Amino acid sequence: MTIEVLKPGALSTFQDLGRFGYQHQGIPVSGVMDERSHRLACMLVGNAPSQATLEVTLLGPTLKFEAPTVVAVCGADLGATLGGDALPLDAPVAVAAGDVLSFGKRARGLRAYVAVAGGYALQPVMGSTSTYVRGGFGGAQGRSLQKGDRIALLNVPTKASSLDASGLVFPKEVKRPPGAPLRIVPGREWKAFEPQADRAMTEQGFRVSSRSDRMGYRLECEPLRLLQSLELQSEAVSFGTVQVPPDGLPIVLMADRQTTGGYPRIANVATVDLPSLAQLMAGEQVRFEWISLDEAQQLAVAQGDIFRAMEAGHGVH
Amino acid sequence: MTRLEALAEKEPRWRMASSGDNCLVLETPSVARGASSRWLAVAATALRKARIPGVTDIVSAMTTVGIHYRPESIQCLATIRETPYQAVARQVSELLQGFRTSNSVSTRLVEIPVCYGGEHGPDLESVAETCGLSSRALIELHAGADVEVQMIGFAPGHPYIGTFDERLAPPRRAQPRTAVPIGSIGLANRQSVIYPFILPGGWNLIGRTPLMLFDLARDPVCLLEAGDRIRFVPISAGQFEAMRGK
Repeated sequence: MTIEVLKPGALSTFQDLGRFGYQHQGIPVSGVMDERSHRLACMLVGNAPSQATLEVTLLGPTLKFEAPTVVAVCGADLGATLGGDALPLDAPVAVAAGDVLSFGKRARGLRAYVAVAGGYALQPVMGSTSTYVRGGFGGAQGRSLQKGDRIALLNVPTKASSLDASGLVFPKEVKRPPGAPLRIVPGREWKAFEPQADRAMTEQGFRVSSRSDRMGYRLECEPLRLLQSLELQSEAVSFGTVQVPPDGLPIVLMADRQTTGGYPRIANVATVDLPSLAQLMAGEQVRFEWISLDEAQQLAVAQGDIFRAMEAGHGVH
Repeated sequence: MTRLEALAEKEPRWRMASSGDNCLVLETPSVARGASSRWLAVAATALRKARIPGVTDIVSAMTTVGIHYRPESIQCLATIRETPYQAVARQVSELLQGFRTSNSVSTRLVEIPVCYGGEHGPDLESVAETCGLSSRALIELHAGADVEVQMIGFAPGHPYIGTFDERLAPPRRAQPRTAVPIGSIGLANRQSVIYPFILPGGWNLIGRTPLMLFDLARDPVCLLEAGDRIRFVPISAGQFEAMRGK
């Protein structure tokens, strides 16, 4: 029961929900960039969300399955095909022994999540199978896929799945359509920025820099300025923290973020809008919209209700 | 006055703030910052042991403790229409009630052998000159200091250690190095760092330890944690080589 990597793709790494509980040792959380797509893919093949999916980026890999199984691909439309035929997204698909899953031309989004029924056989590091490439640990040998890799699958008997996602719809205020402004709440040093910076957060478009990665999304815009220079002590930062280095160009911290940071933070992206941000690629535009902390948390709770329904409704093991 | 504010009133050494929808920050007011990092490290350990449902990570830093949580996993009191943030704040307040460093500090003392100067500490002489000290006097001040791990951050297992004598306050290098050797001891602004990996770095390199600060084969993987008391012990280049193999 293995998958052979015929082509590795641009950046294909195994990720789960993240390596929690070790940030006080300086260990980044890592984990999936788009949690909604990951959870959906897991659910569609009958896996628990704590199992890893393969997060593929822009140019997907070519994978040969050596045994029959069921796969689901969710998230970005990166032109997935199975045995040459277009592979439907967001649906469980039966795979025959010898079938080849490959990716072609991107239609939308940046990251797709490939789940395989039963899951990938990976060795957890500090409780997680997420790959942290900078640290060289987690996933498959602590790195992204390489040509010739053979990924073992857990030998779980699978019956052809009839699961579908149609009954599970995120409320439209939780998962907004592509292009909608991303919601932000004021950051720890929000008051230290010029009033113009506060307005600039919502009045201008931000361009995703080509220097963006799993660690952070760098945004290009009119620089955001502090009222006066600020000396800060480093402290905990989180997924979605928007920090502003001295050049005034914001960086949104993402899955592979460092555990602490010392730059002023103007905002935090609401948890429910992180998947949308994670699907943006370099050169694309993003806008922001202020909401309150209470609103952001209500949305996260509403999203959590759907996550729970996904796990409960499908006998996930 | 809410219950939370009443609690904060009784314990003026800390207050709380949100950092986005997934993190609560416990702060010490600047007036109490003299000896706060150890207090915060001990408080963080106590909070971590309490295993508040929905809280994933507790990260102490120089003047704050970050409490990471998943808002959808926090148990809120429905009767008072509590938000996840308020529920975390309430539980943290309850746990910290009556908490004092004085009755809970039993931090370890970790000795760190250091080969000062030479190829292992290429900046020792220039830094000593900047500080108006001889190299030997600098080593005595650094190795004789009663210091502690103030926080772990920047990279896995990477400690910030302080606070050193006021004479040990050179600025960081104007030109950061692109690759600092593993185990190098950096000094700047009355603090030291130790590089657990080959990393870029702008700190002045005064020596190097043969100890591994991060080792995936070890449990825990990190040698140090916030709150540890540290003593640097000078060793020779020969001792460095001998210890390195182990």
